[in-house]
Amino acid sequence: MEWDTGAAAWMLTSASLVLLMTPALAFFYGGMVRGKSVLNMMMMSFGAMGVVGVVYVLWGWSMSYGSDVAGIFGNPFDQFGLSGTLFDADGAAIASPLGNYPQVIDVAFQVTFAIITVALISGALADRVKFGTWIAFVAVWVTVAYFPMAHMVWGGGQLSGAEGSIAAAIFGTTDGAANTAPIDFAGGTVVHINAGVAALVLALIIGKRKGFGTEAMRPHNLPFVMLGAALLWFGWFGFNAGSAFGANETAGLAWVNTTVCTAAAMLAWLVTEKFRDGHATSLGAASGIVAGLVAITPAAGALRPVTSIVLGVVAGVLCALAVGLKYKFGYDDSLDVVGVHLVGGLVGTVMIGFLADEGGLFFGGGANLLVIQVVIALVAVLFSGLTTAVIGLILKATLGWRVSQDVEVGGIDLAVHGETAYENLGGARIVSEVK
Amino acid sequence: MTKLVTAVIQPHRLDDVKSALEAAGVRGLTVSEASGYGRQRGHTEVYRGAEYTVDLVPKVKIDVLVADEDVAGVTEVIVQAAQTGKIGDGKVWVVPVEDVARVRTGEHGDDAL
Repeated sequence: MEWDTGAAAWMLTSASLVLLMTPALAFFYGGMVRGKSVLNMMMMSFGAMGVVGVVYVLWGWSMSYGSDVAGIFGNPFDQFGLSGTLFDADGAAIASPLGNYPQVIDVAFQVTFAIITVALISGALADRVKFGTWIAFVAVWVTVAYFPMAHMVWGGGQLSGAEGSIAAAIFGTTDGAANTAPIDFAGGTVVHINAGVAALVLALIIGKRKGFGTEAMRPHNLPFVMLGAALLWFGWFGFNAGSAFGANETAGLAWVNTTVCTAAAMLAWLVTEKFRDGHATSLGAASGIVAGLVAITPAAGALRPVTSIVLGVVAGVLCALAVGLKYKFGYDDSLDVVGVHLVGGLVGTVMIGFLADEGGLFFGGGANLLVIQVVIALVAVLFSGLTTAVIGLILKATLGWRVSQDVEVGGIDLAVHGETAYENLGGARIVSEVK
Repeated sequence: MTKLVTAVIQPHRLDDVKSALEAAGVRGLTVSEASGYGRQRGHTEVYRGAEYTVDLVPKVKIDVLVADEDVAGVTEVIVQAAQTGKIGDGKVWVVPVEDVARVRTGEHGDDAL
């Protein structure tokens, strides 16, 4: 078979770019915590790479894209261990249904999404969670919450535009496809609403850090945060432009929309905090970048560059305001996964209904698209909230989530990982005996 | 007898104080990074809209051992060199020292300075 090598090369590049986003996230989050817990923060992201990297080839792919069960998840045993995913009965490589390249590249691309999504949640859990419980959570959550959501949206399930989906039930079908299909280009629901809701639910179950809201918990290394944001932006080109599944005009449009929306969101965040707090901060720039990237994710293939500016401004302002909610309501979403990913994901997913070039309310498309966008966002919120609550409460009752208070105050890095990031953090560091 | 002159000053005045002490004939001193506050108190920083009051601001602490007769001169040199006239310039204080020993030679008292 003659493959489209341009598409294959771009999809492999995209998969590599998206994989880089998780270490980038480790820097983004790591810089925001205090120096005594930066290693634990970064290890939560790296731990997700380890666990999901293994789980995905065992049953993750099959649960996402295997044979459908009730439109909610794929049968995990159907393609367990990627059996029947890579080669057909004659030993020939199976082609991707999305483009003329081998399907194994889709596995590569999709595993990176699963890794980053669960890693995003760790931002709500800074300084205070047992590493073993986190690792267990990662394995269970991707299985129960992520893979089904990926199946529902991208695998032809309830949140897609396929026969038997919610959209098909509301608007009817023509030739097996819903008359108005929901749009989630690269993961507004699957990745950002999913992770954002999970972060909120876990923050409520696990509880606040000692001193939350009263003690200063300032970021210990803002250059790390800026570095992480820059690498996330770079990696996001794989995330969004890669979601075109080809080296084509849609990929180009997604690239431009991604950058324009992100630039606008950064400016909007900076302007918001300049008026509110008096300074345009580096943390605000880094946060605005991520807010813009999140908002454009579901919309990258559906908007024009000019309408992407509008989306970026709305996302930048709303997310900058939303990060203050945790103090008002008293949940310790330590690094603002809710304020940035849940709010940004909702903004992007819902505003597609207004701004989409085809079907958007502002472009004469009527209200159908807006309705289905709101519906898929709400279903995603409910599904993620329920599954995460069950997993979180079971882990609380069994393994337990919190480290002891002296460990939390003394520094989780030293107690849990046996290391400190910086020389002056471990007290006296005189090595009396080297084994 | 020997006295210990300790000064806590603004970090950016360290170079001037060091040169002035050298010019005044002081042959050795110890400098350490310190943090604290006086009447100036701290400052505020804002992270994602959350305002933090930073109480302790960076300071430099200088310790000089001097012979009794030089105490007034050395104190004056430090005050002159460290002064900017603004709140937060710091403090200098003097305490008596019972004994000093030079590790290399075992000399004691003023001979060890």
